[in-house]
Amino acid sequence: MSKPSRKNPAACEANPFAPTPLEKSKRTKELIAQGILAGITFLLVLPVFIIFAYLLYQAWPALTLSFLLENPKEYMTAGGIWAPLIGTFFLVLISLAVAAPIGVLAGIYLNEYAGDNWVIRCINLAVMNLAGVPSIVHALFGVGAFVMFARMDRSLLAASCTLAVMTLPVIITSTREALAAVPMAFREACWNMGATRWQTVRTIVLPNSISGILTGVILQVSRAAGETAPILFTGAVFFTPIPDHGWQSFFPYGLGDRCMALSMHLFTLVTQVRGVSEEMQYATAVVLVGLVLLVNSLSIAIRVYLRMRKKW
Amino acid sequence: MLSDRLEPLMEWLVRICGWSAIFFVIAIFLFVFREAAPAFFGKLNLWEFFTSTRWQPSSDARPEYGALALIIGSVTVSALAMLIAVPLGLGAAVYISEFCGPTLKEVLKITLELLAAIPSIVWGFIAYMLLAPILIKTTGAAVGVNLLNGGIILALMSLPLIISLGEDALKAVPDAYREAALALGASRWEIVYRVLFPAAKNGLLAAVLLGVGRALGETMAVLMATGHAVQIPRSLLDPVRTLTATIASELGESVAGGPHYRVLFVIGLVLFAVSFLINLIADLVIKGVRSEQT
Repeated sequence: MSKPSRKNPAACEANPFAPTPLEKSKRTKELIAQGILAGITFLLVLPVFIIFAYLLYQAWPALTLSFLLENPKEYMTAGGIWAPLIGTFFLVLISLAVAAPIGVLAGIYLNEYAGDNWVIRCINLAVMNLAGVPSIVHALFGVGAFVMFARMDRSLLAASCTLAVMTLPVIITSTREALAAVPMAFREACWNMGATRWQTVRTIVLPNSISGILTGVILQVSRAAGETAPILFTGAVFFTPIPDHGWQSFFPYGLGDRCMALSMHLFTLVTQVRGVSEEMQYATAVVLVGLVLLVNSLSIAIRVYLRMRKKW
Repeated sequence: MLSDRLEPLMEWLVRICGWSAIFFVIAIFLFVFREAAPAFFGKLNLWEFFTSTRWQPSSDARPEYGALALIIGSVTVSALAMLIAVPLGLGAAVYISEFCGPTLKEVLKITLELLAAIPSIVWGFIAYMLLAPILIKTTGAAVGVNLLNGGIILALMSLPLIISLGEDALKAVPDAYREAALALGASRWEIVYRVLFPAAKNGLLAAVLLGVGRALGETMAVLMATGHAVQIPRSLLDPVRTLTATIASELGESVAGGPHYRVLFVIGLVLFAVSFLINLIADLVIKGVRSEQT
């Protein structure tokens, strides 16, 4: 306090609230820091937008309805992406059918049944690990467990199961968060009426958290749709001819068949096949990114909507 | 009543599903180990595996499995990525958590969430089609897919994770700390680096660790971005090859049950062990914070 007034007594007498040099230098430092940090943040976000605008610009000429609805032709240098698109759809659908029930029930166990003890800690650690295991190790697991051990061979089913194990943590964590958002008083009221744990979960907790659980399930879809490594050796193939019109073109793959997938198709187009036009490569990438971001935005929109009309 | 009889059944079903995560982690280890195991009793020389740089798995006369160059490839790419991503990521985390307003914060967080959702194959595509030509033009490198390219792409990929975990760590610091520092006359920047950094250091460390884990385990993007040459890099512009990319590119052409196939599973086992270790340490570091604060 005394230092600045000794240096500049006149100013202090004139206005006792004038910023001292120490305060001034503090404020400049703060402003510089804030500027740099803001610069970093926007430096990270902006180029990504530019990149995706560029992707879209490059892909624009090839993005037509027939590109989406036609099968790849002439060693993939012509035609569209119908077969990979429908393959990805079925991969996601089946992996969802496997992962969603297990994941939701696991979330229920973690939040409603288990106490705070070493078991919970182990399960938490396991969930974190399952999410952290490299995707290629999941692929090796799929090969070892589903393709070899369970004798599924390389098939749609084996690939979907591998994806399901990989995306399980997404569903478990978000289900758990959704359940934790239901106030404890709701449960206590229900228990006081003589309801058992499962009755409470079924009639009170689940109906009040179902939309939150849904956002997690949607996230699983976007994750499963984009993954390449886990399906590389468990069921996805470079090319498999499928019927290109009529009823058959909607259900071209049986559970035991190998299938094409959009993410794998992009990899193939870029690195394995010669003579594919750049437009087609860009268009495939844009469709994949577009799908994943669309699904994700849906999940975010539901979450924001829920927060807005939160009742408790 | 029917539901009364179903109750114990449901309880068991829920319990089994709850344990499924543990079950799957163990199953991943067991099944990868099951396919890799014959290599330990057969031809694979573990000493050679970790110390030799000669990786010639498809040679008919004398296949060699020295993974040192691949390990160094993985480590250098991840280290470069972290060198870029950690300062930028923590800086952005501080900005989002401490400096920007609520609306901007919401927008940035949603953007980051969308960025985190972009599939790794698309990042690989960006590396291969956009970044590689740019690197050739600006640095004069012979090939655009190299260590630097891989590092930049991996940094971009792990940034959303580091930022969101870093922001969580800063948010976990009690507001009373900020208020106390403010009352003593600290500026916001002083609060950040004198109060928040020391208080949140474990959480930030965990964020960095998980970022490293993410970078080491990334497969498709590095496969397309790093150039895929088995060598110890001498400069930033040398192509390298990582452990993950090796499995992804060679498992398809190896004979199921053959020595090459087994060795690839051994690499998988190494990757599993490393990711397990990183997650375990991160968990312990975070738990350390909690026991300190309560």
